[in-house]
Amino acid sequence: MAECKLKVEHITKVFEEKNKAPLTALKDICIEVDQSDFVVLVGPSGCGKSTLLNIIAGLEKATRGQVLVDGKPVKGPGADRGMVFQGYSLFPWLTVQKNVEFGLKMQKVGTKEREETARKYLSMVGLEGFENALPKQLSGGMKQRVAIARTLAANPEVLLMDEPFGALDAQTRVVMQELLAGISRKTRNTILFITHDIDEAILLGNRIYVMSRRPGTVRKEIRVDLSGERNHNMLVDPHFLEIKKEIMDMLWQESQDAAMDR
Amino acid sequence: MQENETVISESAGSEAVMEKAAGGRQYRWLSWVSFLSIIALWCILTYGKITSSLFVPSPTAVWQAIVGMAKDGTLFVNCWDSTRRVMVGWFWSALIAVPLGMIMARSKVVSALLQPIIEFARYLPVVALVPLTILYLGIDENQKYVIIWLGTFFQLILMVIDTVSSVDRNMINAALTLGASRWQVYKEVIFPASLPGLMDDFRLTIGWAWTYLVVAEMVAASSGLGYIILKSQRFMATDVIFAGLILIGAIGLLTDWLMRLLTKLIVPWHDRLDQQ
Repeated sequence: MAECKLKVEHITKVFEEKNKAPLTALKDICIEVDQSDFVVLVGPSGCGKSTLLNIIAGLEKATRGQVLVDGKPVKGPGADRGMVFQGYSLFPWLTVQKNVEFGLKMQKVGTKEREETARKYLSMVGLEGFENALPKQLSGGMKQRVAIARTLAANPEVLLMDEPFGALDAQTRVVMQELLAGISRKTRNTILFITHDIDEAILLGNRIYVMSRRPGTVRKEIRVDLSGERNHNMLVDPHFLEIKKEIMDMLWQESQDAAMDR
Repeated sequence: MQENETVISESAGSEAVMEKAAGGRQYRWLSWVSFLSIIALWCILTYGKITSSLFVPSPTAVWQAIVGMAKDGTLFVNCWDSTRRVMVGWFWSALIAVPLGMIMARSKVVSALLQPIIEFARYLPVVALVPLTILYLGIDENQKYVIIWLGTFFQLILMVIDTVSSVDRNMINAALTLGASRWQVYKEVIFPASLPGLMDDFRLTIGWAWTYLVVAEMVAASSGLGYIILKSQRFMATDVIFAGLILIGAIGLLTDWLMRLLTKLIVPWHDRLDQQ
């Protein structure tokens, strides 16, 4: 049994606004991510998955519960939990190279080591030759490659990914999924990935947590036992389709319930 | 696939550049049309003797007034005195407004302490403060700087707060998850991200500083473009008044152009949709 890297314990988030009924976004969420595991959280839009990821990153506070990394409770944002955002969030005034160096610079790593590390991760995401380009000169897929390299270069314990490929077109998305699967195999990073795309969840995850609609709870944990390399050929594998049907039924039930409420 | 992406982004880029260039030509052309129409109207009114030369001097008379000032040396002295007053007064506004505005935009406590005072001061007419500035500071140059400062500071700091507050939250979050400290977030993210907006704020407030110049030179001044305009009223020298107005407009236009140039140099990475 691998050691547990990230532990989410009974996280509940209630949004309270003046003159409004309190809104429970997350209810008693418990999640575990092992060292070097690739875990995906899949759920309908508005189920609070982004809120959960922000709480894990330390960017938002939970109403109840706690997040542990290597057994230590999380107090605020830090370089041990790197995050990749859907909107890339690159720094437009910095070149690709300087963007990737950013985390190391914040951690006061020397110039030379910074440059070498950045180049290593840029080549890993296939962006050699673009070191001096500015973000505005890149396409969406390339921007997200830079963002992934930037997060990896900061050497996080856990990689949090918030629908990173949600803004990309279908073809680019598949290419990026295969790229990420390859990177995670190579670097053995611990990854928690959220998406509402079921194919993406099964393609990437070793384990999948299916979330319910608001208030978000974990409905089911599914283990993906697919041997061989993760790539688009998997999309027609019988076991893949079996898992897909199971998740679809669950999410369909959720949307039915939602429609009944309205 | 990587090459494809590059090609796509490049072709889209060049198209946008061409469109922008065409738009730029049309924009410049229209600007000249509007400018020349005003001058044409001015010529018709004056040379056609439709208006009295006492009220509206002819372009020739205004030109002669400018040449006259250039000959006796007052042109340069007055332009320089006014420009210096505007620049020094405005510079102190910017120097205080930028750091203070950045802190206020990010700290609820500081904002709660200062915002009400600033909002109050913003509504005080600067003209009404002239007597106090003279009582406190006398009639030297410092009094002129303070008038310009009063006119621009309270507006600028609110603009700075607005600009800094609109920095993309995700960019700050990205920096935090990359291990940036609070100070590093200010220095490495919020400040550079605000720069394009700050340059715009600067450009606008320098323009306003020129409008407060006349207020500063209205009382107890012995030089400056505002001063010669006011002095000329006594002698009904409308040609000099027109000359002064045109000079203020021209220096203002020049400053504006310099600020745009400076913006392009300082934030070359910034794309503006409405840039000409």
